[in-house]
Amino acid sequence: MKHIKTVNKANLKETAAKGGCGRCQTSCQSACKTSCTVANQKCEALNK
Amino acid sequence: MIHKYIQNGQYIVLDICSGGVHVVDKLTYDLLDYAKPPFEAVCPDDIIAKMDGYDKEEVAECYAELKELYDAKMLFTDDDYAQYAAMAMKAPIKAMCLHVSHDCNLRCKYCFAQTGDFGGDRMLMKPETGKKAMDFLIEHSANRENLEVDFFGGEPLMAWDTVVETVKYARSIEKQHGKNFRFTITTNGMLLDDEKIEYINKEMSNCVLSLDGRKEVNDNIRPTPNGKGSYDIIVPKYQKLVSGRGTKDYYVRGTFTKYNLDFANDVLHINELGFEQLSVEPVVTDPAMPYAITEDDIPTIFAEYDRLEKIMEEQKLAGKRKFNFFHFMIDLNQGPCAVKRLRGCGCGNEYVAVTPDGDIYPCHQFVGIEEWKMGDIFTGKVDQKIKDYFAGIHIYSKEECGNCWARFYCSGGCNANSFIYEGDVKKPHKLSCELQKKRIECAIALAAAEKAE
Repeated sequence: MKHIKTVNKANLKETAAKGGCGRCQTSCQSACKTSCTVANQKCEALNK
Repeated sequence: MIHKYIQNGQYIVLDICSGGVHVVDKLTYDLLDYAKPPFEAVCPDDIIAKMDGYDKEEVAECYAELKELYDAKMLFTDDDYAQYAAMAMKAPIKAMCLHVSHDCNLRCKYCFAQTGDFGGDRMLMKPETGKKAMDFLIEHSANRENLEVDFFGGEPLMAWDTVVETVKYARSIEKQHGKNFRFTITTNGMLLDDEKIEYINKEMSNCVLSLDGRKEVNDNIRPTPNGKGSYDIIVPKYQKLVSGRGTKDYYVRGTFTKYNLDFANDVLHINELGFEQLSVEPVVTDPAMPYAITEDDIPTIFAEYDRLEKIMEEQKLAGKRKFNFFHFMIDLNQGPCAVKRLRGCGCGNEYVAVTPDGDIYPCHQFVGIEEWKMGDIFTGKVDQKIKDYFAGIHIYSKEECGNCWARFYCSGGCNANSFIYEGDVKKPHKLSCELQKKRIECAIALAAAEKAE
């Protein structure tokens, strides 16, 4: 495309069906403890 | 739903429900004021007429590109996640904030734990209580394999024996139960010595080291009980710890307040001390406090986030990235699944806090608020009414989140902050929302800048 560059897979919907395995880190156990931040956590699913 | 914004010269368009991130030119950015579904086969004349100053053929060409993205379900996608929210249910408990100490050897002015005691008596957790908490976690974790335990306080190093004995016990039983314990610790560093540093670097998968930045900033707000500064004591210890950390995670974590709204300077200072994994977060406190961040501060803070993002973007594009900033970290392709993004932090459901005397609360910030006590680890009973309540907390149960563009990035925010400052778990803390949205914009722009090169 000339005007638009898409920089990721735009696949959030695909992750809904297979998601929720619970292997990943709870957000407040990383570094925040006061300001919940979820989108910067890593997915650790085995069936990605 | 889309969200568009300009960050450091980049025109960015987010498609909220697909997670799509598009870097566009100014023409596209402006055209999106008018071009919306349903898309026509060719650009309607009235839209071309509204795009004053642009070449008609270019507008039509751009419209066709937008239509192509729309047809590919990468733009203006529908929100059909409510079905997954309806599946939000009780989850096994897999993460625990273990308050081994309700005492502290610093007197940080903004401490939500009220200088360590959480409004109760100053006390340390006994090793037997720590071990019992591990039994409780295993018993309530069902099929979850990865179990997270954060040693927290107060200052956890004040209860070092409990930390060591709890880890030893958990390690001795994890295999027989098919579990993998991940220990982390959040410390102010005052009691770090060579033995503790070596132990932490061996046993803790992550450690959070508190430091607010420049010496004068840190020492003003993080004094010792006798009023002296903590910076000179802790910085060399942190440097020693991090030098032996290897590939394990760590964060040097600070809090910024109204006293240092130029907090990017503190981020840069911490980096200059040799630390590369950084987190500096806004204080969340009673607005009446002199150091509290208030709505009036938002423009200044936004400008400071912009400045920090620009610095990091320049470093990144030059191939000379010097540090990670926790709140600007985002993986646009491999982030958390939609289910996690719906549920958020999981407090009171899959995450709990345990006090030195074994009481259970939804999270560390609810500790001491009696109405939210969920039980205790000795009886092993958990208040199912409270657990069910938190199991039903997700972005669609919060009226203000359901239509917010940031809902799949912040996941509804901090439930404790919502309760403490807005009086309702389901009512997001407005100031936190504003800052969170700004950080998300910066994080996405930073990630996009590299990929759009």
